[in-house]
Amino acid sequence: MTTLLTETEITALLDKLTEAIAADCPTEYGEIALIGIRSRGELLACRLAERLARRLGTELPYGALDITLYRDDLEQAEPDRQPAVRTTEIPFDIEGRFIILVDDVLNTGRSVRAALNALADLGRPQAIRLAVLVDRGRRELPIRADYVGMETTVPIEQRVNVFLQETDGRDEVVVE
Amino acid sequence: MSELLLTNGRIIDPANNVDAVGDVLVRDGKIVAIGDVKAAKPNPEQTIDVQGLIVAPGLIDMHVHLREPGDEEEETIASGAAAALAGGFTSIACMPNTDPAIDNEATVDFVYRQAARAKQANVFPVGAITKGRKGEELAEIGQMVRGGAVAFSDDGDGVQNPAVMLRALKYAAMFDKPLLQHCQDNALAGKGCMNAGYLATVLGLPGISPLAEELMLYRDIQLAKQAKARYHAQHVSTAGSATLVAQAKNAGLSITAEVTPHHLLLTDDNCKDYDPNYKMNPPLRTADDIAALRRAVADGVIDCLVTDHAPHLRSEKELEFLYAPCGIIGLDCAVGLYVKALIEPKVIEWPRLIAMMTVNPARILGLKKGTLTPGADADITLIDPSCRWTVDVEQFRSKSRNCPYHGWELTGRAVATIVAGDVRFELGD
Amino acid sequence: MPYNATPSAANRADRFIWRRKHLLGLRDLSREELLHVLDTAEGFKEISTRSIKKAPPLRGKVVVNLFFEDSTRTRNSFTLAANRLSADVLEFTATGSSISKGETLRDTARNLEAMGIDIVVIRHSAAGAPHLLSRCIDAAIVNAGDGQHEHPTQGLLDIFTIRELRGDLKGLKVAIVGDIAHSRVARSNIWGLHKLGAEVILVGPPTLMPASVEKLPVTVCHDFDAVIPEVDVMNMLRVQFERIGSTVFPSGREYSRLFGLTMDRLKRARKDVLVMHPGPVNRGMEIESEVADGPNSTILRQVSNGLAIRMAVLFLVNQAAALKEGTDKTP
Repeated sequence: MTTLLTETEITALLDKLTEAIAADCPTEYGEIALIGIRSRGELLACRLAERLARRLGTELPYGALDITLYRDDLEQAEPDRQPAVRTTEIPFDIEGRFIILVDDVLNTGRSVRAALNALADLGRPQAIRLAVLVDRGRRELPIRADYVGMETTVPIEQRVNVFLQETDGRDEVVVE
Repeated sequence: MSELLLTNGRIIDPANNVDAVGDVLVRDGKIVAIGDVKAAKPNPEQTIDVQGLIVAPGLIDMHVHLREPGDEEEETIASGAAAALAGGFTSIACMPNTDPAIDNEATVDFVYRQAARAKQANVFPVGAITKGRKGEELAEIGQMVRGGAVAFSDDGDGVQNPAVMLRALKYAAMFDKPLLQHCQDNALAGKGCMNAGYLATVLGLPGISPLAEELMLYRDIQLAKQAKARYHAQHVSTAGSATLVAQAKNAGLSITAEVTPHHLLLTDDNCKDYDPNYKMNPPLRTADDIAALRRAVADGVIDCLVTDHAPHLRSEKELEFLYAPCGIIGLDCAVGLYVKALIEPKVIEWPRLIAMMTVNPARILGLKKGTLTPGADADITLIDPSCRWTVDVEQFRSKSRNCPYHGWELTGRAVATIVAGDVRFELGD
Repeated sequence: MPYNATPSAANRADRFIWRRKHLLGLRDLSREELLHVLDTAEGFKEISTRSIKKAPPLRGKVVVNLFFEDSTRTRNSFTLAANRLSADVLEFTATGSSISKGETLRDTARNLEAMGIDIVVIRHSAAGAPHLLSRCIDAAIVNAGDGQHEHPTQGLLDIFTIRELRGDLKGLKVAIVGDIAHSRVARSNIWGLHKLGAEVILVGPPTLMPASVEKLPVTVCHDFDAVIPEVDVMNMLRVQFERIGSTVFPSGREYSRLFGLTMDRLKRARKDVLVMHPGPVNRGMEIESEVADGPNSTILRQVSNGLAIRMAVLFLVNQAAALKEGTDKTP
């Protein structure tokens, strides 16, 4: 197990993402809102929303999206792992919004595909952009992130795990 | 002149208080001598060394259902009598709840003729108490006695009306025939399909209270006392029933009783998966009832052991528990079950077990059978008391397969069954 | 944070593996399993609030509604739940017992199975019919009410509704009032509530109490007025006149005097008492109209929650069916 990102580095990357999003947000789009993919993405969305609010001087709505029902591997469940359904909590109408979809790690792209389908069932946003903390490569679908904290290449047999203060008591990204 | 000699067996003949190793000589279908047979000058055509086996009078099951006439796809007199032989029974008494019911002389005669044709175990018909078993008018009991009915019963139902029952008891007493009653008050039992208790509540199945059985038994004992009649309680299933029979016997009444293997081995807990092979009437009761019934066997309160062999089609027993018919088959595997219920837990020993399956039912039914007394019919069962075997319903000679004991490991089994000197069943045939 | 999935609930769900391919009754379920269904149902509530009320997890699956007893509400709820999960639904209705049709339940089920079905939702007048079904076909079985045995999804939606409004079941006093003896709803509620720490009080005449009621994890009271002030929830069972008639109580009038929930009685209850009813309501019999439509009534909320619970159950049994062969040791 090796540390990929420390707490300080995570903070720096979140600042970098905040800047990139703020700089990129064209005013002709609708209101910006952040939606994080359960479970780590929602926490990152929450943090980014706070930073962007300070940066832009206005409150940004944010929510959490559960993609379990849209996963393409429900029938391939392993004996020791079973995806659990959680609540989707998006306390605003996504119709016509400029949505920043947030996830912790971009890997195969399958979670993002599921999230895009889930969002399509919730309404028709003006546009959707993707922000991730770590892009580890190895895409299986034609998906790319618009805002990337860090790009890296991790061997297929290793996992990138993100630990966050809110649920894990510390900020750290490790490869194991 | 045909002769059969059985040598070196453990001869158990409870009627004569015999339990000793020796020989049995059979000539022309009759017992000639037992123990030391030299004086009878044996000249056997066939000699069988039966060392290690029990030589018992042919076993008698006074409570079976043969389904003929009417439901021959479930069982026939021939197939049921064959299953009896395979279980070690040389004689069985069949209940009259056929379609039509055995409630007249012609049907009684029909049973005898079918049994004679089948040439398996002896079959003795029990006639119905009331016409069509409806519980209303008395059947022609006298005519049926003339035809050879050995007892009377509306089994499947108890006679609900006490006035009808009293009349029947008085009337049958005229012929010295016993009435065999399926004790159940229908009003109290309602639509019940298992023992009324915690599990019935949990499973959401309507229950039959022990009271439904005990109330009728109590009533009948009073009626039998007044009628000075012989009365036999069928398949008693509750501790309360055992107490009632014991009290009646102590009072000197002519009351007898029987119990089945399932009421000595299984409880209502077995119904927990809704398997209709555990649906019986009377229903399976509790562990306390089993303990009381075993004690009643040990104390001599219960006179005989019966299977209540009740064949049903597989398709019927595959119905919902609520809708499936009651009853299971048991002739093929009875001996091993009694060993498990009564001998292994040291409730009684072999001589008592054999008495309860031979001389006791013979006396109740007035049969000149159930003993190895010289001159008696040479109905003999050879039992291997240490034979370990696994119940496999597919091997049964019964036409039906509704048996919850499939896969059970048992000890003790009839290995040969001899009817009137004729070896009609041998294990491994 | 705008979302209520606490870390503990999330972690619990992450570790849990649902292995029951069949939901036959709540008595079989552990506390953890009960909580998992309730937590899962939380995730399904939101679907009904969207403009596109559909999600794809059962796409390509066939759900059969095998109803041998009339039931518009439960059937509609299951149908809608299956539709919202994108399953195809086959409606099968047979009135009366299977015997009267000349075809056994087993035959019916096998015929359906030959068409390639995945989940059977069964409602039957005979207790244990779902168990029988689970033994003779491979599909996942969901009990939608069997005789007087259980009605697990009704129990779950009742408990879900209480948890939604009270947060936790632990220590709550729940009165179940009426015909306990013949009620599958009561049985499912008793098991579920007991396992989650609620105290269950059965209220009704002794003639409507089941055999050996003292062995159930409940207390029994025949005086409704005595329990009213102290309970948090009153679940008023439907009096099944058609089934039990006048043999177990003298008249409907006498029943409603003794055990009906009137405005007068409600006034003596806790202000925030929840008044539940599994429906359909006999207005004026077990419950007065003003009470059924009043602010304490959860009747319509129960109906909406029923949809979420049934979606969760269909989703979970399908998830268990997808587990590798041999891992399902239930029921």
